[in-house]
Amino acid sequence: MKNFLSDIKVTIKNLLSRKGRSFLTILGIIIGVAGVIIIMSLGAGAQSLVLGQITKLGTNMIGVLPGKSNEAGPPAAVFGVQVKTLTLRDVEALKNKSNVPNATAVAAFVNGSATLISGHESVDTNFVSTDGTYPKIVNVEMEKGEFFTEEEGKAGANVIVLGYDVATGLFPNGDELGQIVKIKIPNNNPASINEVGSIPFRVIGVQKKMGTVAFQNQDDQVFIPFPIGQRQLLGIDYVQFIRIKVDDATNVKTTMEDVTRVLREEHRITNPSDDDFDVRDLADVIKILTSITGTLSIFLSLMAGISLVVGGIGIMNIMLVTVSERTREIGLRKAIGATRRNIRDQFLFESIVLTLSGGLIGIVFGVLVSYLIALGARFAGYDWAFIISPIAILLAVIVSILTGVIFGLYPAIKAAKLDPIVALRYE
Amino acid sequence: MLIELKNIVKNYDNGGVITRVLHNVNLGVEEGEFIAIMGPSGSGKSTLMHTIGFLDRPTEGDYFFDGQNTKDFSDDELAKIRNQRIGFVFQSFNLLPRTSVLDNVMLPLFYSGNKKGHEHKARAALESVDLGERLHYMSNQISGGQKQRVAIARALVCDPKVIFADEPTGNLDSKSGGTVMHILEKLNKEGRTIILVTHDVNVALHAKRIVTIRDGEIVSDRKVKEDERVHSKRSED
Repeated sequence: MKNFLSDIKVTIKNLLSRKGRSFLTILGIIIGVAGVIIIMSLGAGAQSLVLGQITKLGTNMIGVLPGKSNEAGPPAAVFGVQVKTLTLRDVEALKNKSNVPNATAVAAFVNGSATLISGHESVDTNFVSTDGTYPKIVNVEMEKGEFFTEEEGKAGANVIVLGYDVATGLFPNGDELGQIVKIKIPNNNPASINEVGSIPFRVIGVQKKMGTVAFQNQDDQVFIPFPIGQRQLLGIDYVQFIRIKVDDATNVKTTMEDVTRVLREEHRITNPSDDDFDVRDLADVIKILTSITGTLSIFLSLMAGISLVVGGIGIMNIMLVTVSERTREIGLRKAIGATRRNIRDQFLFESIVLTLSGGLIGIVFGVLVSYLIALGARFAGYDWAFIISPIAILLAVIVSILTGVIFGLYPAIKAAKLDPIVALRYE
Repeated sequence: MLIELKNIVKNYDNGGVITRVLHNVNLGVEEGEFIAIMGPSGSGKSTLMHTIGFLDRPTEGDYFFDGQNTKDFSDDELAKIRNQRIGFVFQSFNLLPRTSVLDNVMLPLFYSGNKKGHEHKARAALESVDLGERLHYMSNQISGGQKQRVAIARALVCDPKVIFADEPTGNLDSKSGGTVMHILEKLNKEGRTIILVTHDVNVALHAKRIVTIRDGEIVSDRKVKEDERVHSKRSED
């Protein structure tokens, strides 16, 4: 053990006597290992962000989007294509208990952007038009007042629920409840030509500050009853998406089948490949999103791997130089009793110390950068978790040692094979 | 008989051209001898020393060391003999740069398999060459004569039976060369076998026996008469 410790001491002294060169040599390893750590940390952070965002929506939820998409890919609506195949009739059919027995609530959605006016103040924001069943599906916490009821929602009452930022923007004094706000009708709505240009709403509730959920800033939006948003603001007759709450997690799959069956009946579809809608549960969404981050991680890890290989070649190169510089030393060591194995181990050890210290510096650097990124993401308002898995650290340590062994072996064997007489004569 | 060479032949193969460097060399060295191997350059004296010093293997012939035929010894066994039974002193010192005097002397112990007493042994070896005060100097901070004395301490540290000195004064001025020869004489008096390789008669005359080699053959082997012998004194450097 003492021998081993003095071994380390001698090796480190050797390497430190050539600080600049040693550092440049391990730079590739530092970058590679830091890359691996950062990528793994970002991957885990992004994954937790996605999962957090999705689960904040509420669990046991099924979403129906118009248009067909294949199993693995994102739905067509994601790409901004307006598909008009879902209607309120579909929503009514799904609300029918005998059709979908395990659904506890069904809500239709359309949304868009709007300008809100109150007195001389105006705010550009997004509106969500939905049913009064919305609080049964999505976790809603109210700061003040109430969400609109199912009756108000169905009737298209002129009531509005404000997101936290919208409320504080329009009413800095906090006297929102009962106030009248107007929403300007977008110019592209055919109805707006004849109308007055804006619709008045009475504020009945303000949501708590919620941050982002499913990558939507919950505080920068307003909720209005479905018919007003659909007909009067957007001037359309279709539904952009439907959300269904299922009573229990075990019933999610059967409910998805029920929903599919009902919609096929409604749309008179017999061949499943003709489906003009897309039924998904949160598990599907999570699977898609994690598969995207997973693919990205693999790709970036590959880049980091290339950096490690390049770094390793640098190590091999410098070790070969070291061996030829120290030929006389090797000859002497052999003359005074070093075996081939001793010499091989000495150089292998030196190369491992090099790559391992590169690895350790890389870990510190990578953790630091990951932490700064997490700070930045939090500063930008995302609920980003700073995750460094012990596996990533272990992997980095193992990989850097392996790099030292793999790329140090050839120079070390070359050193071990030197003929002592030739080595001693070497100038 | 400590060293016994029987019909040693050494050939070098230079890309198909075989050069015979040693022709049937027979040589015996008793324990406690002080022997100088002389010869002009190219005579084969270095090859002979490398062969006796187990740095190289003979092409043909038998080499008995301490009664054992070393013909079938493995590389590791030869490394062990070099470490335990032989000490080398080279013309160009061959100390490790950027390494302290003490660490340089401890180096052979590092390969000895013994784990204890390294520093103690190294200090004792350095004291025997009057360098007990310079333990922590770096090897490049001391004079040539001192370097060679460090090299002798390194050769002594494993308590070997034989010291091989290959032109040990070749890179030194006469004064420090004298000190080095004085130390070798002292070691011989203490019972150690010294094998000295040189082309300088004045250096060779420190020995008790001179073997002259020419064209790979021993051409003379004579005892040095006591009144012929040169004795050096130790001097400060």
